[in-house]
Amino acid sequence: MSTTEAVEQIEVDITVNGQSYQRVIEPRLLLVQFLREELRLTGTHIGCDTTYCGACTVMLNGKPVKSCTVLSVQADQGEIMTVEGLEQDGELHPLQTAFSEHHGLQCGYCTPGMLMSSYALLAANPKPSQKEIRRAIAGNLCRCTGYHNIFIAIDAAAKAIQDS
Amino acid sequence: MYPAPFRYHRAGSIQEAVSLMSEYGDDARALAGGQTLLVLMKLRFEEPSDLVDLGCIPEMSYIDHDDREVRIGALATHAAIAQSPVAEMIPIVGDCANGIADVQVRNRGTIGGSLASGDPSCDWPALLHTLDAEILCEGPDGQRILPIEGFVEDLYQTVLAPNEILTGVRFKRPPANSGGAYVGFKRCAPAYPTATAGVQITLADGDLCQDVRIALGSAGLTPIHATDAEKVLRGKPLSAKVIDQATEAAVSAAEPVEDMRGSEAFKRSVLAVLVKRAIDAATRRCKGEKVEMSHEYY
Repeated sequence: MSTTEAVEQIEVDITVNGQSYQRVIEPRLLLVQFLREELRLTGTHIGCDTTYCGACTVMLNGKPVKSCTVLSVQADQGEIMTVEGLEQDGELHPLQTAFSEHHGLQCGYCTPGMLMSSYALLAANPKPSQKEIRRAIAGNLCRCTGYHNIFIAIDAAAKAIQDS
Repeated sequence: MYPAPFRYHRAGSIQEAVSLMSEYGDDARALAGGQTLLVLMKLRFEEPSDLVDLGCIPEMSYIDHDDREVRIGALATHAAIAQSPVAEMIPIVGDCANGIADVQVRNRGTIGGSLASGDPSCDWPALLHTLDAEILCEGPDGQRILPIEGFVEDLYQTVLAPNEILTGVRFKRPPANSGGAYVGFKRCAPAYPTATAGVQITLADGDLCQDVRIALGSAGLTPIHATDAEKVLRGKPLSAKVIDQATEAAVSAAEPVEDMRGSEAFKRSVLAVLVKRAIDAATRRCKGEKVEMSHEYY
């Protein structure tokens, strides 16, 4: 297809963190770019851009996905939750509190993805074992080698949610 | 990274998908979960003029079984298959579905995409060789049912016609005295495997191998069906010596290519371990033992 041709535009309706957004977009716009560039929700990070690192993880219709490898048009009529949706009424989510308290981050670049994968884990399995925690975030890479404290933080958040 | 521009078409039914693929021809690609295709498009290895999105076709996500056979729709995700009764009944299916990549990729990636991509690193083609599956395809002239043998004919190349859609797969349920295992080795969860091996064994009295199928993945340009290794085992008691000989035959059938995942020699040594582990787990499962199995990584 020649780039001089008029670029096709498609209308999508995507709900993000409870709010519906209608936008007219190019079909090649990736979901992560829709979130970051169209909606300016820059909490979701682009790391490797090749479905490895998981920094772009968001919830799509209740399941964690890598938003760098989903076209926005595939999320049409869908419901997204991003890291910005964790905080409720100015209160941090227990996972965010636990990551902060247990130093579950160093540079913080992988943190949005780590939080969303952990959120998906605890939604499906409120009392995960250490093995289940490791398996749940196996698709999220941390280059500061901070995994140890991340495991501790997720475990602490699970307990905090149980106790609340 | 943006993929090159393309025209986007959303198919509402299999018939509509076939007519869109026929209309847009050789440069069109069918899009399922996109976990292989979108990455190739972002890297500009693929620049299709048109994408036909199958994702909204409702009748392609089924995971059904009866006493005789299992039928899985092309759009069934790895996660859905992993959580299905089929994975419980036929453990080798669960090994594969759970071993692929990570949670996020398993939620999007589909069995049909894994097959139709013709990517030698994908797991389902090798797994479906061990179960001797048939591939259901739909084209302008109706349905074709193809054997898995030869379905992936070359690197990223299947026998699907440009205007054909892969709609599902089916395979016979292994008998009660049969057990299988599929295991891979990879550097980390999201990485493609360095190598994989699938073994489905049917035992007669004691340790006599009545029937067996062995396939290797990420071990050449296409999935490898290790028929010589099967001949070594078939009709014989499974002694350590016979298993060693079969392993050697399987490794000889492999044609691993040196790449960033390792040298040819390294991949052959990995394959030898995987084949042995798969034979061991499959044999134990024949006898009703519960064996946890999945891809291994550091």
